[in-house]
Amino acid sequence: MLEIKNLHVKLEEEDKVILHGVDLSIGSGQVHAIMGPNGSGKSTLSYVLAGREGYTVTQGSVSLLGEELLDMAPEARAAAGLFLAFQYPVEIPGVGNMTFLRTAVNAQKKARGESELTAGEFLKLVREKAKALKIDADMLKRPVNVGFSGGEKKRNEILQMAMLEPRMCILDETDSGLDVDAMKLVAEGVNALRGAGRSFLVITHYQRLLDHIEPDFVHIMAAGRIIKTGGPELALEVENNGYTGLLAEAE
Amino acid sequence: MAVAAAKADALAAHIAGLSFDGAGWLGAARTGALSRLTAMGLPVKRDEYWRYTNPTTLTDPEAPAAALFDGGDEPMEFDGLDRVKLVFRDGVFDADASDDPALAGIEISRLAEAAAADIHWARELYGVLETRGQTPVERPLATLNSAFSTDGVLIRATGAAQRPISLIYHHESETSDALLHHCIKVEAGAEVTVLENGPGAARFNSVMEVDVAAGGRFHHIRAQGRDHQRRAATHVFARVGDGALFKSFTLTANGRLTRNDAVIELVGDDAVAHVAGAAMGDGDFHHDDTVFVTHEGQRCESRQVFKKVLKNGAVGVFQGKILVKAGAQKTDGYQISQSLLLDGDSQFLAKPELEIYADDVKCSHGSTSGAIDEVALFYLQSRGVPKRTAQSLLVLAFLSEAIAEIADETIAEDVRARLEGWLQRHEH
Repeated sequence: MLEIKNLHVKLEEEDKVILHGVDLSIGSGQVHAIMGPNGSGKSTLSYVLAGREGYTVTQGSVSLLGEELLDMAPEARAAAGLFLAFQYPVEIPGVGNMTFLRTAVNAQKKARGESELTAGEFLKLVREKAKALKIDADMLKRPVNVGFSGGEKKRNEILQMAMLEPRMCILDETDSGLDVDAMKLVAEGVNALRGAGRSFLVITHYQRLLDHIEPDFVHIMAAGRIIKTGGPELALEVENNGYTGLLAEAE
Repeated sequence: MAVAAAKADALAAHIAGLSFDGAGWLGAARTGALSRLTAMGLPVKRDEYWRYTNPTTLTDPEAPAAALFDGGDEPMEFDGLDRVKLVFRDGVFDADASDDPALAGIEISRLAEAAAADIHWARELYGVLETRGQTPVERPLATLNSAFSTDGVLIRATGAAQRPISLIYHHESETSDALLHHCIKVEAGAEVTVLENGPGAARFNSVMEVDVAAGGRFHHIRAQGRDHQRRAATHVFARVGDGALFKSFTLTANGRLTRNDAVIELVGDDAVAHVAGAAMGDGDFHHDDTVFVTHEGQRCESRQVFKKVLKNGAVGVFQGKILVKAGAQKTDGYQISQSLLLDGDSQFLAKPELEIYADDVKCSHGSTSGAIDEVALFYLQSRGVPKRTAQSLLVLAFLSEAIAEIADETIAEDVRARLEGWLQRHEH
């Protein structure tokens, strides 16, 4: 699904290298988790994959379903099946949540040469998906993320994911700022989307999210590299012992 | 004295070619206006409220030529609405193209015809609100209009109008210079919507005096036409009575020079006045909103919402004032002026002012200039929305607070469609 090879990334405006050669291969239907201390480059990796400006790839390549990802505009990556659930979902005053969702869904369909949803079809679909995430009609009517609580914003991200049906989902600290109930709701939303044709990359600080979204592989990232890969037990090791031992081991 | 002499000279040169009609009740009003105008002279760039906008091309004796604009097969603004149409071509009324102005609850007459009547309700209004609007800041171009206007529409609503009155201004000669003067009286409890659209002329000077009596409701929606080279100086003078509502929205897309003055007095208690504008300029575009709202009555609400989208060296100006007189307690005043600069060449000049003489009031004002929010843009793109569509969505979102001031959803939708069309034609 997603092949990251020897990815080196620096900040565009400073001579600061963030990623020092990341290798990661995510198979179809797999769930991978990346854990790591602050500043290890986890969020940068997610932004670079989604195509945010401000980063320069100095070496390496990324392919999604066999297509070279790094040459594509962000919207083309989305249409090709990539989705990033933001750590800090953006507020957009003046753009209604429904308008936003419908524009996004139909833009992707159009880019893929599929027929667009009619107003009626869209409404039916969004109501059904929103209900499962306990998103009420009012939240759909309001401007995108404006006045939403932390939990509402994260649920709104998962709603977008459910509507867009991406192939490769990246969740950037989706658990941050969530209470236990909200985290369960978000995890249920994610689990409902798990399946053979869809892969996940879950970026998190804490093991507890992985209790709800069980990964196939856990990677530890430090100083811009993946220093260790294991199964779900690796997340438990981090939870119990912290990163210090793992970092020392990698030195 | 040099300034005064320059003003007087400019006036003498300007009016030398205009014909003056001093006959009848209207002539008396014109004579009064001419004498006030002679005392003021025409505006010059040194005047406090003309510092950001050079008035020269508005005061020159001849209107600068403005090429005619071909809008292609796109319909004019508001064409889809059920309305009473009154058409002017370069300021000249076209009866054949106009509807019969018979509309329940509404009296409509032309200024040129009303002037011949011995007595007419409009004599209580013509030049009267314009005169009140000269203090504390002189607006000589409005007085020029009162003295020399060639025609206009007089509308008196005594009940709820069933259809909007739509004034359509065509520009048909490259050097046309038109002065139209409208008076609108909304009697107690009555309601009317007036639409204006089109450029009017190569140079268009308009005055609209609106008197809204107790409990009356007046809606004004204007689209100033897409002509790139037209110039306009427009003036809206309003007096709003007890519990009455006044709402005015202006869409300006293109035009070399636009100066829109709005002077609104909330004279009754519990009155509401909202004045808003959305302007889009690309290149040789100078757009100036100069707005004065005066609170006299108690518990009145006023809102000024002005948004400008500027690119390729376009210039936007906002001069807005909320004046709260002593005794206008519980005033709720709001003023926002914002520009979205789509590149580094464009400019927004703002002069927001509050002047408050009452002690129990709530007034807020804000003015900002900014670029497209790159984070929001990336967020939209990351969901698959193409960059240009995302930019257009964000521009419309920026303008949405102004468009929200249009009460009628059909008209608001028409305005939104205009804006989307403009954005498509002027892709970033």
